[in-house]
Amino acid sequence: MKMRITLGAISKPLSSLKIKTGDWGAEYPIVDKKKCTGCKECEIFCPDLCITVVKEGDDKFAVVNYDYCKGCGICASVCPAEAIKMELKDIYKV
Amino acid sequence: MTYFASGHGACPGCGLPIAVKNVLEALEGKCFVANSTGCLEIISSQYDRSAWGVPYIHSLFENAAAVAAGIEAALKALGRKDEGHVVVFAGDGATADIGIGPLSGMFDRNHDVLYICLDNEAYQNTGNQQSGLTPTGSNTTTSPVGRLMPGKLGRKKDMVSIALAHGVPYVASASVAFPRDIRRKAKKAIKFEGAKYIQIHSPCVTGWGINGKDAIKVAKLAFETALYPIVEFENGELVRVRKIKSRKPVEEYLKMQKRFRHLFKHPQGKEIIEAIQKIADENAKRYGLDAEQ
Amino acid sequence: MMKVVRGFHAVAHSVKLCKPNVICAYPITPQTEIVERLAEMYANGELGSCEYITAESEFGAASILVGASATGARTFTATCSQGLALMSEVLINAAGMRLPIVLVNTNRALSAPLSIWNDHQDSMLMRDAGIIQVYVENNQEVHDMIPQAFKVAENRDVMLPFMICMDGFKLTHAYEPVDLLDQETVDAFLPPYDPPVKLTVNDPLTFGCYAPPQYYMEFRVVMQNAMMRAKKVMQDVFKEWAEATGRDWGGHVVNYHDDAEVVVVTMGSLTGLVRDVVEEMRGNGKKVGLLKLRTFRPFPVEDVRNAFKNAEKIIVFERAVSFGHEGPVAMEIKSALYGNSSPDVYSFAVGLGGRDVPRTLVEKCINNVMEGKIEPGFRFEGVKPFEEVIV
Repeated sequence: MKMRITLGAISKPLSSLKIKTGDWGAEYPIVDKKKCTGCKECEIFCPDLCITVVKEGDDKFAVVNYDYCKGCGICASVCPAEAIKMELKDIYKV
Repeated sequence: MTYFASGHGACPGCGLPIAVKNVLEALEGKCFVANSTGCLEIISSQYDRSAWGVPYIHSLFENAAAVAAGIEAALKALGRKDEGHVVVFAGDGATADIGIGPLSGMFDRNHDVLYICLDNEAYQNTGNQQSGLTPTGSNTTTSPVGRLMPGKLGRKKDMVSIALAHGVPYVASASVAFPRDIRRKAKKAIKFEGAKYIQIHSPCVTGWGINGKDAIKVAKLAFETALYPIVEFENGELVRVRKIKSRKPVEEYLKMQKRFRHLFKHPQGKEIIEAIQKIADENAKRYGLDAEQ
Repeated sequence: MMKVVRGFHAVAHSVKLCKPNVICAYPITPQTEIVERLAEMYANGELGSCEYITAESEFGAASILVGASATGARTFTATCSQGLALMSEVLINAAGMRLPIVLVNTNRALSAPLSIWNDHQDSMLMRDAGIIQVYVENNQEVHDMIPQAFKVAENRDVMLPFMICMDGFKLTHAYEPVDLLDQETVDAFLPPYDPPVKLTVNDPLTFGCYAPPQYYMEFRVVMQNAMMRAKKVMQDVFKEWAEATGRDWGGHVVNYHDDAEVVVVTMGSLTGLVRDVVEEMRGNGKKVGLLKLRTFRPFPVEDVRNAFKNAEKIIVFERAVSFGHEGPVAMEIKSALYGNSSPDVYSFAVGLGGRDVPRTLVEKCINNVMEGKIEPGFRFEGVKPFEEVIV
């Protein structure tokens, strides 16, 4: 299959989405839906844009996109309700 | 609408994407981005792996300000001025050191450009070499801690004052610790016609030697110790500062980062910590950062 | 319309007619008057909606044009010598980004020692950059070359920066009769710039990505291909120009005399003097001829091989030196002829730093070669006796 060499090395927008950075981290965040108030602090901070507050009926809570989450722990550190816990991924548990 | 996408190569816990995504969202993606060579550029604009959802150009290390001026001029000449705002994202090295000439020219001609300096306080992309915005006492690879030398002895270049000296209509500092403040400032800046400068403090987990989970706490401490004043100038006048409710001593900030930890052991360390505290006190006095009791 | 004007005026007038969108330059002797003339036109409202910016340095000027060109603007600048060296980083970047910036380089010697006078050392340092390089003989040629430069550079098969070299002071400041173009002729020849891609909110693209080793090589192959395609595009545009204006400047080279055994090669304004000397010598029965080299990059290998097929000796009058080796034009010619023919090549570096090249010097060099008085190779000519000291 031939490589595509663009004029002046131009790239299509949002083409980074093909890189699933979700396997980077040793830890990942678990959201406690009951504690989560849907305040969006995690959403506004997440550097990888992989946690968003969604609505399910009357409920609002944060959902993690594990395809991209690098396990940095910022969401857990800024959550005012302490609803996010960072847990070690199974493959790293000895 | 995605203006900045996941899948970029930033270190886990990097402050740069926090600043960028909040600025782009505040501008609703109606912008052209000129980006200098550096961490942000490398993690977000690899060939065929671009994280950008807005029109973006990377040219060289030191010319983002000039490239942005060119975009602005072209939009004017082609009658496309209302297509979007011209924004620069440049690191502290590209801003204060190698790029200061073109930046000064752009300010001087007062191009309608929002220039955002992403300040992670060294040339982080190439492994933490010192820049003009590296603060006193930092351990960097070109101002390393050794038997003789205790890290960087020089000061942090006052780019806010340099911007003000050019007479540009809007100058502010901000921090990724306060993303809503970043949004407010970006929205406010574009209301001004002419050159705007916002310097955003952004913690670097790799270069500063901190954990991702401490990144925001450290950024907040930079503000709470008065080492990173968060101020806002309109037309040369100081209109707003973020007040510190209860100022913390600089040690609390320094001890959390590997780049400063030597100060607690090195023979000249104590002297330097005192000098750093003095800088913090002077900042607080100069901008009136301490909240009234 | 025929007018006696100085070279810089001919340049500015032609640039105006090409309707650029952004002009950005930084003054440097002897280009300064070009930008002053354009500034005057701008101040009098003669440049339409063109933005005219005086940058803080040549580096800033070229960078501004990178941003402007990427946004879809037709761009122009002028510089030389120290300024060209300073903006070289940006021009190389622009070539890689395939931006069709047009610039006039008013050939001037490089410092140190400082010199404001003419030679080709400055443009020679941009040989490898991926930038198209042509040399003009007189002010009519530079005036005519500017619309052609935009047309070639903006051609989708090319999309590279285009540098027009004109000798500083010798052409820029010389009064010559020039048939100044009119807007109608240029409009018919040169359509507005229509870039294949541009920075726009309506179709966001990422310009200037970095290419790791698995991609970079192919980008370089593509640049070489663009340069090679430019050879044909330029010939087509030269022909089109001849048809549009009645002024035929020839192709990449102009071979004046097919029957010459000794061919003299020149670039730039020296061509005029050498042509005169050669014509006189031919009048006296000497089998000497002139080759005017117009395009230096992409180097016209085929045209050069063709022109020299009957030549036994080649004389090159160089206006630059590749220190540590020899004259750059001779090197290019020898490399083009390798494996094809092997005439003796004599290269003479003359007139460096604006030193006058008198007729007698040209005659002496040609006669020395024709009479077999010297060996092939490189030498400086017109040098005064000197001794090397410390203080």
